[in-house]
Amino acid sequence: MSESVVTTEKKPQAGKGEPLLQVENLKKYFPITGGVFQRRVGDVKAVDGVSFTINRGESFGLVGESGCGKSTIGRTLLRLNDKTDGKVTFNGQDLHSLSKSEMRDMRTKMQIVFQDPFSSLNPRIKVGEAIGEALVDHGLVSRRDVKQRVIETMKICGLAEYHYDRFPHEFSGGQRQRIGIARALIMNPEFIVADEPVSALDVSIQAQIINLMSDLQSEKQLTYLFISHDLSVVEHLCNRVGVMYLGTMMEMAPTDELFSNPLHPYTKALMSAIPVPDPTVKRERIVLQGDIPSPANPPSGCKFHTRCPMASDICKQQVPEYRDMGNEHFVACHFA
Amino acid sequence: MSQYIIRRLLQMIPTLIGISIIVFAISQMVPGDYITATQNPNMTAERAEQLRSLYGLDKPPVQQYFIWAKNMLVGNLGDSFQHKMPVTEVINTYVWNSFIIAFVTLILSWTIAALVGVFSAQFQYSFFDKVVTLLVFLLMSLPSFFIGLLAIKYFALDMKLFPTAGMTTAGLNASGFDYIKDVAKHMILPVAVMTTLQIGGLTRYFRTGMLEVIRQDYIRTARAKGLKERTVIFKHAFRNALLPAITLLGFELPGLFGGAMILERVFAWPGIGQIYLASLNLRDYPLMLGFTMFLAVLTLLGNLISDILYGVADPRIRLK
Repeated sequence: MSESVVTTEKKPQAGKGEPLLQVENLKKYFPITGGVFQRRVGDVKAVDGVSFTINRGESFGLVGESGCGKSTIGRTLLRLNDKTDGKVTFNGQDLHSLSKSEMRDMRTKMQIVFQDPFSSLNPRIKVGEAIGEALVDHGLVSRRDVKQRVIETMKICGLAEYHYDRFPHEFSGGQRQRIGIARALIMNPEFIVADEPVSALDVSIQAQIINLMSDLQSEKQLTYLFISHDLSVVEHLCNRVGVMYLGTMMEMAPTDELFSNPLHPYTKALMSAIPVPDPTVKRERIVLQGDIPSPANPPSGCKFHTRCPMASDICKQQVPEYRDMGNEHFVACHFA
Repeated sequence: MSQYIIRRLLQMIPTLIGISIIVFAISQMVPGDYITATQNPNMTAERAEQLRSLYGLDKPPVQQYFIWAKNMLVGNLGDSFQHKMPVTEVINTYVWNSFIIAFVTLILSWTIAALVGVFSAQFQYSFFDKVVTLLVFLLMSLPSFFIGLLAIKYFALDMKLFPTAGMTTAGLNASGFDYIKDVAKHMILPVAVMTTLQIGGLTRYFRTGMLEVIRQDYIRTARAKGLKERTVIFKHAFRNALLPAITLLGFELPGLFGGAMILERVFAWPGIGQIYLASLNLRDYPLMLGFTMFLAVLTLLGNLISDILYGVADPRIRLK
């Protein structure tokens, strides 16, 4: 993956813009019901107190294993899920306190590109209509002009005009993801959540989509929250990266800093798993033992201690503080 | 598409031949015939034999089948023993009375069931949903004659809101609009009872269909676009939830013309269902067989129509 994604695009500088999106201590628990009366017997703590800020014009990467809560964060901060606790501020407005109609208006400014380009398009709606319908529904463009706008946007995203009247099943995965991007882009959003936009695609197509997204960002001054489990994609596209484990942020730093100086043992393990496109280079791989614990019953203290090669007694008892290590580098580990 | 339709129609021929053989065989297995079923005490054995040969009932079954099948090929379903006129004419006289009731019922029950099903799905496990579920199962479990008689007792006899039975007021000599009004008044109770009975299953069907669709990723996409909830539910979800219902709609076609045996009796409605039931009791073979074949053809056509509609409604399906 890392080799195929090569563009001349320069990443916009990190941390220069003012904050666009602030997430404070966000929690999202899904109730587990059980017993005859379907009483709430516990919670899946999908997101358990995560905070971060995304500045205007930057790309913030969120990485972690499957099931660590990355996608839930993306959906919860767009209010596609309700939150359990915490605060999401977009452009100074608390999103979860907006009324339904205010939130509907707000959605024009914040869009999402979903992971699965196959199931996320309505099979019975023509692509052109699917891309343009939100514009009409929000009254941003008149019904007469919408087709023109859709075709312009489709072209920007690498689709052809004759695709307008096609149905989703007539497209390949990569084309479908372009449709998904066009659909998000046409609203002229300030902020796009990209929820693993390339993980369902072939590697050769992944590069095209990544490059498209990075070109669009520099043209339209977009802000991305880029959710991925592929570190090399994140390294290529993002200014800052947050590493999540079991619903908690473990480490967060500017991309270069994180990749050159990972502090958390989990981040180090993830880094060591990135394939190096040079067979002569021998690297020590840190292989994590065991599976990711259940988010319904996370380990005490540091959530990572059950799999951490450095874990000691303090890790089992005390939740490590999320500390600022300088250089905008934050980490939650007793030994960092 | 036209090739597809022609091929499907051709495929219906062997099916219909098979059905005709089975139906005829079953009719032969039923004990007794029209002569014994009429239970005329003055009938002598001699006269009975005479009548049997007149109706062609004395011929061997295989021969009878071929005579019947040959006539059917030229559109002649034979003469009804009981009505003393061609079966096609009997069907044509009564089937439309059944059709108007069934048609109004179909429209009402589908509309109500779709709306109720959509809302129960949208607010799954809400108070509304629970009440609807309870009502639906209650209505589904009521026998039609019971609820029919109950409706007549309360709404026709006690409250005198509607006529108790029949299709027209006895002795009424109205025509044009007055006649339509009179029939409509008589229709209300049977239609209401039939709709009540049919809503149950359909509501569950629509609710399940909607629940399945609402969980789809593209519904989340539609919400993420910031579409109005109404657009999300009706344009994105409902249209997809309707797809499986198309199959069901095809099966309604024979139901439209099949009549309702029990309820037509309860409401003394001159529909084909009653006539059909009588033909079974009296062993009126031509009518019984003819109408069964008529329903068989409608069932096959309904199937074909739903397949065609499916292809029209779902762009992923190409009929070849």
